[in-house]
Amino acid sequence: MVERQSPIELAPLEPELRIGSHGDFEHGIDVILSETRPGSILQLAAWPGQEKKLISGIRTVTGLALPDGAGAGSTDGVRSVFGFAPGKFTVVDEAEGLASAFANVVTPDIGTVTDLSHGRTAIRIAGPKAEWVLAKLFAIDFALPAFPVGAGRSTMHHDVFAQIQRTGADQFDVYVFRSFARSFWKALCHASEEVGYEVQ
Amino acid sequence: MLITCPYCGPRDVIEFTYQGDGNRERPQPASQDLDAWNAYVYDRLNPAGDHNEIWQHSGGCRAHLRVVRNTLTHDISSVAFARGDHKAAARHKAEGKS
Repeated sequence: MVERQSPIELAPLEPELRIGSHGDFEHGIDVILSETRPGSILQLAAWPGQEKKLISGIRTVTGLALPDGAGAGSTDGVRSVFGFAPGKFTVVDEAEGLASAFANVVTPDIGTVTDLSHGRTAIRIAGPKAEWVLAKLFAIDFALPAFPVGAGRSTMHHDVFAQIQRTGADQFDVYVFRSFARSFWKALCHASEEVGYEVQ
Repeated sequence: MLITCPYCGPRDVIEFTYQGDGNRERPQPASQDLDAWNAYVYDRLNPAGDHNEIWQHSGGCRAHLRVVRNTLTHDISSVAFARGDHKAAARHKAEGKS
């Protein structure tokens, strides 16, 4: 789905995605940047009062249980889910076809399923300085107690909307609009230069 | 200025969009009461103190919020969802227990 099909259809980051070590890597590589290219990125929204049915539908399809609380989420490395707004959730799967799996579970009386697989680019930042680098771009608290593993946050960088999920103690997945992804990627690379980064 | 979104927690004001005075009441769309429409469009309390306002967390969860802001000090004394049916999802409730 988001894989490169031909030399004409470049991935959105392609001209700027330079595999290898960059910045001050001679003193150690403290963050690793990559484009995860999930096959499915969905946005699910529940009508008011239908949130619990939607959450149980997410568990049925993905096997992921959503913890209580705003912005809570979970991940098993293949599939991820997190709340990004009241009654709204982002669900991601490495495989394609997640939208059709939800079609029979999230019925029109529960809520809506929107397939954003082509509309978002997923960028992963991992490493001991991931919090440090992201804190330069986003005005939110990245400390582990305030931003637990699995949780998601909606925020923005230079007016570009971004959803961030913590998928590990030192790892974050950032979902940005596909058309802004290259610009955001360049900003992320610049912010990572001082700590030394590797693009995979 | 920080606004504590009931869903997202404290965020910088740059993430929010002011959606207007929260005191005014819109007449029914079919209303032909010109005085009521005039009041809706033009009349403002303009208080020196606490003011009811509608804000949208446009750079976050995109929820519309009822905010009470002091126009003299910018102190925010209360923030709630403009639509009150998501209170159970508020993070502060969940975090307050832990």
